[in-house]
Amino acid sequence: MINYIFASFFILGIIYSLITNNINISNEMLSASSKAIELIFSMIPIMCLWLGIVNIAKKSGLLDKLAKLLTPILKILFPEIPKGDKAFSYISINIIMNMLGVGNAATPFGLKAMKSLQELNKNKDTASRSMITFIVLNTAAVTIIPTTIISLRMLNKSINPMSIVPYIIITSTLSCMIGLILDRLYYLVIRR
Amino acid sequence: MITISNIILPLITLIVIIYALYKKVNIYEEFLEGVKEGLKISLDIFPSIFAIIISVTVLVKSDLLNDLISLININLFPKEILPIAILRPISSSSSMMILNDILLTHGADSLIGKISSIIAGSTDTTIYIIAMYYSSIKIKKIKQSLLIGLLADLSCVIISIIIVKIL
Repeated sequence: MINYIFASFFILGIIYSLITNNINISNEMLSASSKAIELIFSMIPIMCLWLGIVNIAKKSGLLDKLAKLLTPILKILFPEIPKGDKAFSYISINIIMNMLGVGNAATPFGLKAMKSLQELNKNKDTASRSMITFIVLNTAAVTIIPTTIISLRMLNKSINPMSIVPYIIITSTLSCMIGLILDRLYYLVIRR
Repeated sequence: MITISNIILPLITLIVIIYALYKKVNIYEEFLEGVKEGLKISLDIFPSIFAIIISVTVLVKSDLLNDLISLININLFPKEILPIAILRPISSSSSMMILNDILLTHGADSLIGKISSIIAGSTDTTIYIIAMYYSSIKIKKIKQSLLIGLLADLSCVIISIIIVKIL
């Protein structure tokens, strides 16, 4: 699937640029490559810092306590993860970080969660049911503090930059629920 | 609230370290272990991030999406929000740039400015997350992930328009 997305973006983009005589595209490709490198370099410190901190939390048992707090909800969302699995801890922190609007700190835990879900996965090249649910939780994450949006609104002289926060909480919660319901329905329909 | 999100991460760090000290964990060693892992994960996901950013850039910079959007003619909702609604699941940086443009031209407190802010704040970059998360563990068959992710994004756009009009 990612295969086709990757290919179609290239094909559509390049053909359309050629038709519209957009010569800039070769420069854009090069600058995108350096942008990608920059992004990775800006991600490495966050990854190292947060996985360092969380490793301490893991060893002290704090992580398991946190996971226990969210377990009742997570058990419903992820019926296939065995009780007490470490995937629960990573999923919990990932959700909390996403809610707090620190998406880039959520990514390291998301990747760790995927790794532990892969250990439980029987078919190593196919996404498991839990993985799909977890992806939905991330792409349609519930947001409580949308940091970037608030600062963009401040920059553009909004009278009340915070006014959209309640809307975002409602919208992101509803769309996350819709995503999760679709996910569950799809699973139930396919299984039959 | 911005200050709240600024103190969240240091506060978490503080709690983690104090609790670990209390539990007599070798904090320094464990931190180093985590850092090592962080470096490894970053290198593992590098190829997929590199690939997705370049392909997204080629598509976005070809102006194909923008030109398609300008062909669409609907009166159900303000047309100005279409670029951000379509680009939000594809590219985080370009949708933030679009949001900035919208806020600048229409005003942050206008109807269009509000709807765009809500769309940009309520959903994440679906394609990027799917590519990064799945390729980090070498999953090739992603099944219905993309479909559900995009449907959730669509519901987010619809809800944002409705919510601003009724509240």
